[in-house]
This record gives sequence, structure tokens and C-alpha cells, in this order.
Amino acid sequence: MSNPENLKYTSSHEWVKTEADGTISIGITQHAQELLGDMVFVEAPKVGRKLAAREECTVVESVKAASDVYAPVSGVVTAVNGDLEHTPEAINSDPYGAWIFRMKPDNAADITALPDAKAYQAVVDSEAH
Amino acid sequence: MTALKQTPLNAAHRAMGARMVDFGGWEMPVNYGSQIDEHHQVRNDCGMFDVSHMRVVDIKGASAREFLRYLLANNVDKLTQPGKALYSCMLLDNGGVIDDLIVYFMSEAWFRIVVNAGTADKDIAWMKQQAGEFNVHVPPAVAAAPLASSTAGKQSQEALDKAVPDLAIADHPELAMIAVQGPHAREKVWAALPGSQGLTEGLIPFSAVEMGTMFIARTGYTGEDGFEIMIPARAAPYLWASLAEKGVKPVGLGARDTLRLEAGMNLYGQDMDESINPLEAGLAWTVDLKSERDFIGKAALLARPPTRKLVGLVLEDRGVLRGHQQVHTAFGPGEITSGSFSPTLGKSIALARVPDAVKIGDNVQIEIRDKLLNAKTVRYPFARNGKAVCNL
Repeated sequence: MSNPENLKYTSSHEWVKTEADGTISIGITQHAQELLGDMVFVEAPKVGRKLAAREECTVVESVKAASDVYAPVSGVVTAVNGDLEHTPEAINSDPYGAWIFRMKPDNAADITALPDAKAYQAVVDSEAH
Repeated sequence: MTALKQTPLNAAHRAMGARMVDFGGWEMPVNYGSQIDEHHQVRNDCGMFDVSHMRVVDIKGASAREFLRYLLANNVDKLTQPGKALYSCMLLDNGGVIDDLIVYFMSEAWFRIVVNAGTADKDIAWMKQQAGEFNVHVPPAVAAAPLASSTAGKQSQEALDKAVPDLAIADHPELAMIAVQGPHAREKVWAALPGSQGLTEGLIPFSAVEMGTMFIARTGYTGEDGFEIMIPARAAPYLWASLAEKGVKPVGLGARDTLRLEAGMNLYGQDMDESINPLEAGLAWTVDLKSERDFIGKAALLARPPTRKLVGLVLEDRGVLRGHQQVHTAFGPGEITSGSFSPTLGKSIALARVPDAVKIGDNVQIEIRDKLLNAKTVRYPFARNGKAVCNL
């Protein structure tokens, strides 16, 4: 599965989607879910929490390991995906559909500066060596 | 960085889409697809594991039994029928666990031991050191002869047994091992390995039989029925392919870990190590303190009664128990030694070392990140033979 062109990414393997209302949805990439394996638990941040860029704010746990998810930019948490409480495996089956939380970014320009699909693929490729 | 060691099945794993990881210096498959599916596959049908990284060590010669009586915490005198196996710890003088192993009694002049991969070199060095007073001989021919000649069979084996003076420790890194586990494991092996049914149909659990250059044991590390098959490295890929052809799915080390945890089986290096004695690792049933027999570590175990014990935990809140998390009990602190998600129970489970006064059914709290989550102590195993067996 290739990384969708319409998304932005981080070097810590989150994807970022800008929604119509200006908020951003955050999930983990295909590469990240493949490394972690079967997801069994998601601990999402509380709505209203203020996050700094690159702050640890979510833990996703697979059978194998727990892994931190970071805020891609600074902002405030506006929503969490409650479905993942019962179906964390959606992150495995549909990583780019299974958003984990949404934020209102402090500065929309911060999103533009994030790596695009091609730049993110270069990060993944470099880790393989 | 030194290159990772590979088993003879490395290419087969890659061809089957395995994700390969560094497992204690070995490049091993952790999963092929979904680890949870692989787990259920073994509980409900059958699956095959490459466990070629584990090491086979033969103890041969007239003094073999006497040596093992002294070397191992469990009593090899329980082994009277050829082929029968025994689980045991091998201890330091201070009672700490050097390794846990299975010893198979094949004849008075031949006991076969299977040890963990990560500890194999240390184990063999320890065995040789302890064997000093048993007049050990390590003829180079012993390592190759019995397994290399398939046609010479029993006769050369007997000649060899006679040729070994008193005690020989023969390491067999050239043997690969494939575990086939699950309720349908035996019939799949019979279909994949012509001639094996007649030899192994009557094999009782925890015993083994030779088949040419192969060694077939009705043992495992999953809590399910099945076989562990030791086979010369060059032949292993053919057996693997033959099993795959009969529909046996490969299972990675990820599912192996959740299967053994559900089955309540200790993992060396996590649930016990050289700093832990077997009485504090849930292994009192494998330590023979009743007989007159002396063994390495016995005096230390008798001198210091255990103050801690291993219990099962089931997490009642949402989250996942992991090794090294702190356990808060009414009788003081404890620590999780192995924790994960149990696919059979659909909950997180763990083994934890806690103060001896903690009872089964007690409520305890687990420190996970900045929170205290509720868990209950249970008697393990959690699951065996396809079903949950612990009281929740």
C-alpha cells in the first residue's frame, strides 16, 4: 500500500489530514502498523488537551509492544475516535481511515511544512537500511 | 555488529512473507501475517514453528544418569521408560536458574537435552565444567557419527555407546527443529512424513522416539498437543515444505510467546534467570527436594525458603500488561515478569512475582505509565487445549 498523496506525514510515522473545517486528523501510517502488528489497545488524549509539537499524546498497543504517537504540530485536541476503543484492529485493516484524534492546529502553516508522501517514503526507506 | 545467525529455514520464511527480526542474535520470523490469527490457528487447528535456534546436547556414556542426577534440579530417576522426557531447571550453587530444559531418556548411555538458544553456549560450558569429576571425554566423532549415518542405524549407535568411556557431552548445532502444534498437529505430521504414524501413534505425551536421522517428541511450548521434530539441517526445508503442502500454516515467534504465556509456561530471561531461584518462579513442582539425592543448588534452596511466588494476573481495566510493570499488593510490591494480550481470553494477562502472602483472587493494582489499573490474581495456566481454563 502506498502512502496517500493528499496527506502529510511525520518522521515518527503519523499521517495528518486537513479536514474541511480546518482541524486535522491524525493516525499512524501503513508502515507503522505493519511494524507493530495486531493492535489491541489505543489510549487517546483527552478532548481539550493542549499539545506542543512532537509531544507524546497517545499510546497504541499491539500484542507485541506499546508505541507512542506524537502531536505533529502544536494545537488543541478537538475529538478522539471512540470506535477504536472496541475495534483497535481497524488501524491494521485501514490505517489511513482509522484516525485516532483530531486537533485544531495553532498555526495552519505548520501543516504545510510537514513531509509529503514522497518525503515520508524516503524516511521509511532510510530506516530499512 | 556481527551478522545474525540464520536457521536452515530462513529462505522458506522469507518466501512465506515473514517479518524477520533479531531474536537474541538469530534472524527469526516474528509473524507472517496477523499474529492473533496465528495464535488462534494453533489453538483451533495446527501450526508449525521454526525453533531451530534451540540447541540439542547429548549426554552419553555409562555415567550419564549419575551426572544428570547431580546436574539437574529435577530428578532424572523419574525417567525409567526409554523415550520419556522430563522438564528441569539447571541451577547455580546459589540456586539461581542457569537455564530450563527438557531431558529425554533414550538409553542408560544416552540422554538428550534441549536448551534455550540464548543460553546454549553458557549451558554447555557449565555442563563441561561440572562434568570434570565424572571423567569426561569429548571425542570429536561423537558429535557427527550417530546423526550422519542414516542406514547404519542401531548397530552403530550401540557400538558408539560402548565406545564412549564414561561421560561425553556432544553439542548438536547441526540439528534443526520444527514444532508442529495444535489439536490436529499429529495427523498433519503423519500425512507429511511417511512412516511416522506407526512410530508415533502410541507415543504418550512428553516422550520421544527416533525415526532414522530424525527425533520426534510429543512435547511443545504452546499448551496444545503436537510434536517437536529434530532433523538434520539439510533435510529441514523438505519437511517444512511437506508440512506446508498438507496445509500446515507457519506461526512466528510472536504467537509462540502469547501461546506459551496463556499456557502458563515460563520464559527463561523473563520469568526467571540466574538471579531467581525456581521456587520463586512457579517451578517448585520441577524441583526434587524430597529425595536423598544431592544436586547443584539444593543446599541453597533448603537454606532460604522462598518469600515470593509467581501468580497469574488478569487485567480488569483497559490496557496491556507488560514485563517490568510494578504490581501493588496488600503485602508489598511485586513485578510483572511476562505480560501481553491473550487472544483466547480477549484480555490482557501476565505472570507476576509477588510477596508470598498474596492469595489467588486478590485484587491488585498495576502501574501503567502514570495510572494505577485494576487486576486480579488468578491460578495459571490461562488457556490450554483450545480453551480458557482460568477462573475469571
